[in-house]
Amino acid sequence: MKHIKTINKANLKKTAEKGGCGKCQASCQSACKTSCTVANQKCEKDA
Amino acid sequence: MIHKFKLRDHNILLDVNSGGVHIIDDITYDLLDHIKPPFDDKCPQGVIEELSKNYPVGDIEECYGEIKELYDEKLLFTEDDYERFALTSVASPIKAMCLHIAHDCNLRCEYCFASTGDFGKGRKLMTFETGRKAIDFLIKRSAARKFLELDFFGGEPLMNFDVVKQIVEYARSREKECGKTFRFTITTNGMLLDDDKIDFINREMSNVVLSIDGRKEVNDRMRKRVSGSGSYDRIVERFKRFVPVRGDKDYYVRGTYTKYNLDFSNDVMHLYDLGFDQISVEPVMAEPTEPYAITEEDLDTIFKEYEILLDKILKVREQGGHINFFHFMLDLDQGPCAIKRLRGCGCGNEYVAVTPDGDIYPCHQFVGIEEYKMGNLDEGTFNEDIKNEFAATHVYSKPECRSCWAKFYCSGGCNANNYIYAGDIHNAHKLSCSIQKKRLECAIMMQALKLMDTEE
Ligand code: SF4
Ligand code: SF4
Ligand code: SF4
Repeated sequence: MKHIKTINKANLKKTAEKGGCGKCQASCQSACKTSCTVANQKCEKDA
Repeated sequence: MIHKFKLRDHNILLDVNSGGVHIIDDITYDLLDHIKPPFDDKCPQGVIEELSKNYPVGDIEECYGEIKELYDEKLLFTEDDYERFALTSVASPIKAMCLHIAHDCNLRCEYCFASTGDFGKGRKLMTFETGRKAIDFLIKRSAARKFLELDFFGGEPLMNFDVVKQIVEYARSREKECGKTFRFTITTNGMLLDDDKIDFINREMSNVVLSIDGRKEVNDRMRKRVSGSGSYDRIVERFKRFVPVRGDKDYYVRGTYTKYNLDFSNDVMHLYDLGFDQISVEPVMAEPTEPYAITEEDLDTIFKEYEILLDKILKVREQGGHINFFHFMLDLDQGPCAIKRLRGCGCGNEYVAVTPDGDIYPCHQFVGIEEYKMGNLDEGTFNEDIKNEFAATHVYSKPECRSCWAKFYCSGGCNANNYIYAGDIHNAHKLSCSIQKKRLECAIMMQALKLMDTEE
């Protein structure tokens, strides 16, 4: 494409089907805490 | 839903529901203001007429074709069909706990949400007995979860470090028989860090948060000792001792910026110059009447400052250095699953806080808010209704979040801030939202640049 350059795998949908196992870390969005917001978390589901 | 923005000479287009990120040219950027699904084969004549004032007709038609193609492939304007997951995945085991090991502090930080350590409830240290009950509670309530997180928080947890050690020892002693693995973390102001504690922390704690605000004058204005003098000199000396021996384990230095240092990119760089590369600096949360509180009128300055910070970080990278600025970290390809993103912190449902009195709250920020007290370890009480209320709290139960482009990155913000500053856990705290969204744009930009680099 000339005008649009896609730069990542748009795979959020797929993650929903297999996700939700709850193995990943809890995360706090707030300014006062362990500094772990959701967006930068790692998925820890068994492969 | 899509979201587009301009930053650093680039136009970015985010397809909210698929997580797709695209770099687009100006025509596409402008064209998207005029069209939305469903798409006909040809670009509507009126739109072509409008845009042809600025762009050649051939290009407009070409752009339209590309947008339509992505739409047809379900990569653009994708449907939001996640609500069903929010409704089905509800109550969860409790897997994380914040232990308020000391409701006391050896600093008197002006902006402290814990009322300089005691949460407005009198200074108090947690006993080992209460800590043990907390561990037992967590193990019991964690059902099949293997990894349990335990954060030592305060006040200042190093003021009660012997109990920290005892609790760690106790929790470890139960790991095998219960089939659990504990991950400990601790948040400290550093005043009492000594070699013995450093040793223990490095052995046992998987993450450590070191509080410091940045430049000396900035730090010392807010982070004062009981005597009123600043804490900078002492904590910098301790942190510099601590970080090099941390090895490959995680740590963060984290600071708070206020109205007094809206040029906080200088504080981030200062922390970097001190030798720290894992950095988080975040806006203070306070009643707007406080002189240091961030208010609407500061937003423009703050937005610009995040862009300045982005430039500075990219420059460090160009020169071969590395700063991990917490709020710009984002994995566009492999972040958490969509379901995790619907709820975020999981407070009150997956996560609880325990006070020195054994009181249980949805999280550390709810401590002291009677309405949300969930129970008490000594009394063996636990209010499942409150847990269920939090389990049912997600981006689709929050009106502003539902229609927000940032919902899968922000996950509905901080329930405690929502409650304290916007009156209800379901009401978005607008000021936080504005800052959050700007940070996200910078983060997406930074990752986009990275991905472009690797492609070239
Ligand atoms: S571990 Fe991965 S799949 Fe499981 S809930 Fe967390 S992000 Fe989702
Ligand atoms: S809290 Fe604010 S920024 Fe976050 S998802 Fe909700 S409306 Fe959007
Ligand atoms: S409610 Fe706010 S402070 Fe509490 S855990 Fe969630 S994000 Fe953190």
